[in-house]
Amino acid sequence: MSSLWRLTLATLAKDIRLEWRSKDALNAMLFFSLLVVVIFSFSFDPLAEESRHIVGGLVWVAFLFAAVVALNQTWARELRNQVLDAYRVSPAPANALFLAKVLGNFIFVSLLEALMTPLFVVFYNLHVLGPAWQLIPVGLLGTWALVVNGTFFAAMSVRTRSRELMLPLLLFPISIPAVLGMVAGTTAILTGNNPAHFYIVLLLTYDVVFTTACLALFETVLQAE
Amino acid sequence: MTGLPIPSRLPIVSVSNLIKQFGRFAALRGVTAEFTAGKLYAILGDNGAGKTTLLRTLAGLAHPTRGQVSILGASPRAACRDIGYMAHPSLLYDEMSGMENLRYFARLYGISGDERCQAVIRAVGLDPALARPVGQYSQGMRQRMSLARAILHDPQILLLDEPFSNVDVHSAGEMVDLLKRVRDSGKTVFVVTHQASLLTATADEFIWMQAGKIVARSTHFSPAHPSAESSGQQPPPEAP
Repeated sequence: MSSLWRLTLATLAKDIRLEWRSKDALNAMLFFSLLVVVIFSFSFDPLAEESRHIVGGLVWVAFLFAAVVALNQTWARELRNQVLDAYRVSPAPANALFLAKVLGNFIFVSLLEALMTPLFVVFYNLHVLGPAWQLIPVGLLGTWALVVNGTFFAAMSVRTRSRELMLPLLLFPISIPAVLGMVAGTTAILTGNNPAHFYIVLLLTYDVVFTTACLALFETVLQAE
Repeated sequence: MTGLPIPSRLPIVSVSNLIKQFGRFAALRGVTAEFTAGKLYAILGDNGAGKTTLLRTLAGLAHPTRGQVSILGASPRAACRDIGYMAHPSLLYDEMSGMENLRYFARLYGISGDERCQAVIRAVGLDPALARPVGQYSQGMRQRMSLARAILHDPQILLLDEPFSNVDVHSAGEMVDLLKRVRDSGKTVFVVTHQASLLTATADEFIWMQAGKIVARSTHFSPAHPSAESSGQQPPPEAP
């Protein structure tokens, strides 16, 4: 195993241990998503047919906002006691840190999605009319799109005074193509009206482009003062 | 564990016309100095004199606005394997024990196994078996664990920012003894401190900074020089 992956896994293990002990990000994400599900279900009380058309948007907006909570926490814990400086003065590659953070956030957000999806199904009386298995690539690729950009922009905004505000301002505009792909893809699968292949390819392309760009630029972000 | 060859006579660290500005405020105003290997340098001065900025620039954490820093003939980033850095904050994760912290940081330097981590924890007078998270340590214990992290990879150059703050007299004495051993093994140690009296018998050179400049260098520290012990400091006469 290369040193990049060894360090990535060591950092990922450390992040999972820290999250397991503090549960800062998971608790906040879970309660936020739960509130969204309950409040929207009371607000709309939609029929099953209507649900299929709107729930794709609801689900991804809930996950997007919840992910922002985790993304802010990711770097905030590196700033306590200025621990990030210990990484910056070490010979460890910047991309090991970035990949570990992305993988960590991917695990946390995927866990949230796995817990919340059954609730969406129950509260919105959902029945999938299209090929249900396609929800898996849309979910995985969509989640990766959120966390890869989110982790990058959270690192950029973490040293600013109003980082909680800065992250959505940076992340949401650049995530529009991915969010469109996730929402349209999910709706296409739920309603069974259109094939979702186009959206899966769109998300895959988006992920490849932005993962490459973030990996290429992260060292500059990390070593910036 | 060292990366770059150590020059025998050439300066191990040199800075040339170093200027560091934060917006319109200049924290360093043209610092030029050379430091030879195997010595312990005590950097003294008022708050805001530029001591921490100088140390962060040597560590590669702050980038010079102008001027050059050379560590073993290379940039601080290229020489990072040879630099150990201890900051005023602990640079440790509060939720993990000391051993867990060091185990993680050891991986960053390619050190596997627990032997080295246990050895440096013992060297700073702590118990490697202590399972308490660092967040529950006393400030003095945290400082010592932070020093353990800085010397973990056996660096050639040790940069320490206020290592004795909030440490009791006995523990501070033990830390000074450890720094002396590190220096005697041929390593170069820079200590930014307001407690210069702790280093009077150990430091090879005292460096006084004021308003972003090195204003004096001396091999002797005298309590008559108020600059190290209190604010309202006056540097000693310029060293020849």
